[in-house]
Amino acid sequence: MGRYVARRLLLTIPVMLGASILIFSMVYALPGDPIRALAGDRPVSPAVVQVLTERFNLDEPLWVQYWEYLKGLFQGNLGTDFRGRPVLDTIERTLPVTIKLTIVAVIFEIIIGLTAGVLAGIRRNSYFDNLVLVSTTVIVAIPILVLAFLAQLLFGLKLGWFPIAGTREGWYSYVLPGLVLASGSLAYVARLTRTSIAENLRADYVRTARAKGLPPRRIIVQHTLRNSLIPVVTFIGADIGSLLGGAIVTETVFNLPGIGREVFDAIRAQEGAVVVGIVTLMVFFFIFFNLVVDVLYAVLDPRIRYD
Amino acid sequence: MTDQQQADLRKDEVEAGTTTGLASPSVDPTSARQNSLWSDAWAALKRNPLFWIGGILTLLFTVMAIAPQLFARGQDPRACDLSNSRALPSAQHWFGYDVQGCDYLSNVVYGARNSLLIGVFAVVVILVLGVAVGAIAGYFGGVTDGILSRIADIFYALPLILGALVLLRVGPETSIPIINSRGPGAVALALALFGWMTAMRLVRSQVIAVKSSDYVAAARAMGAGNTRILVRHILPNAVAPVLVYTTITIGVIIAAEATLTYLGVGLQRPAFSWGLQIEAGQDAIRSAPHLVLFPSIVLTLTVMAFILMGDALRDALDPRQRA
Repeated sequence: MGRYVARRLLLTIPVMLGASILIFSMVYALPGDPIRALAGDRPVSPAVVQVLTERFNLDEPLWVQYWEYLKGLFQGNLGTDFRGRPVLDTIERTLPVTIKLTIVAVIFEIIIGLTAGVLAGIRRNSYFDNLVLVSTTVIVAIPILVLAFLAQLLFGLKLGWFPIAGTREGWYSYVLPGLVLASGSLAYVARLTRTSIAENLRADYVRTARAKGLPPRRIIVQHTLRNSLIPVVTFIGADIGSLLGGAIVTETVFNLPGIGREVFDAIRAQEGAVVVGIVTLMVFFFIFFNLVVDVLYAVLDPRIRYD
Repeated sequence: MTDQQQADLRKDEVEAGTTTGLASPSVDPTSARQNSLWSDAWAALKRNPLFWIGGILTLLFTVMAIAPQLFARGQDPRACDLSNSRALPSAQHWFGYDVQGCDYLSNVVYGARNSLLIGVFAVVVILVLGVAVGAIAGYFGGVTDGILSRIADIFYALPLILGALVLLRVGPETSIPIINSRGPGAVALALALFGWMTAMRLVRSQVIAVKSSDYVAAARAMGAGNTRILVRHILPNAVAPVLVYTTITIGVIIAAEATLTYLGVGLQRPAFSWGLQIEAGQDAIRSAPHLVLFPSIVLTLTVMAFILMGDALRDALDPRQRA
């Protein structure tokens, strides 16, 4: 196990380097002039241009710029944006918002997705089962963008239950965006749980449990559920990695100052250092949670052995 | 085995919930004609209502993309009168008017063309990239596979929207053709460039699964070259899963296009695009919610059409799920 984890950790290094080079070259290889973009219509004095060019190595070849960036990265220095604010501060300011949003989304996945999946799986082909099947198909097909506006219109404006923008009301303002962000995964969790439960209910050990006269509730909770939840738990784990990086639309529509909206603003303003820093962080989350899930799989299911 | 025994065995198996296959041998030697995967699949598809819903919607939106004037109820999407700005839907104008006072139904209908064009074009590029890279990686294995798979990992770790967002933001300032055009081609290429990895993995795993089988060895013994073995003997195995993936991906790409356009890096005004319409309508979401609602509904129906068809195809083509 230890060797497996070590090997996987080593494999993440080229992937993270590759992803950051990819983003870095897209952001910095462009012939546009970020200094002019920063200044807008106002004239910039040649001295300012020179200082900024030197500080950000804008006249060096791309690989030199990347090397300088990498050197800083290993010293915990993600660079600064063009206004001189450290990128690390920007991440520290925005990351908590995204983490809160992800937590709310995962709670929705567990509460709604798991419950619907378990009930549908136990009563297969019932009215409720068909309802879950149809509604998950529909939810998966609705783009997040549309879902966000529908949620704003219905729960925010028509019913007035939830705030539709900003974070002023604390955790309460995360409910609506969290639900929207979770929707796709929630539907998938419901389907995964349903299939998994239905499959395990036919397994030999469930038949044995029934044969020795255990009450149905105990068969479901103690025997079926435990085994059925292994794929679901691992899916939710991997999903955390995607949710942390995939909230650009949700955060923009609901006006939440998280890393998704920050990176979107930085892309528009061509703030290279911010874009590269946040994207590399998102890639790290994605890889890290996938690794955690693979390890978790072996812990939860003793039949799986690495090495 | 008599018929009665056979029936008993089947009943036992159904009750026990196990299928050993004894009761229903998959190959019936007495049958003169054996059904192929595709005729079985078609038979299953015909019985699936979701397939028909998806198919009819797809047909509808394809016709809409080719000949939008058929659906515009005689209105010109560019004929606008500011005095009608944000007017609500009426019997004459089913979708009402947009901010500029243009008939909204015709504007929404004309948006189908760009969405479908981008969806189909992006998927074609994804298929070409995915099949080529996946086949090479799976067939040659070793170092080639290692490098190509790591490259796919790198792209996989970047969220689709994020990668396309960066490329489309810097695209117009570069001298790369198509990417610098701000048109449907640029959006489709950007989405394909960050979306080919799943197709590659699908093809790669299929190639690895069959490349050591006997008929491939036989083809090689007959003197067939690598290209011929790949194209004639190995890749046809991947057609079914790739077809399912392709259908669903058209829907996913259409949703991603609307999102990128909404975020301001996709199609630009004065193009007809549901993303642009949603973006323009969001400022008036309190007073004129229909401006966001109608393009949203049509966009969702289009995406749903392809996803429903893909789901139905998967159910029909995957024999393991067939009852």
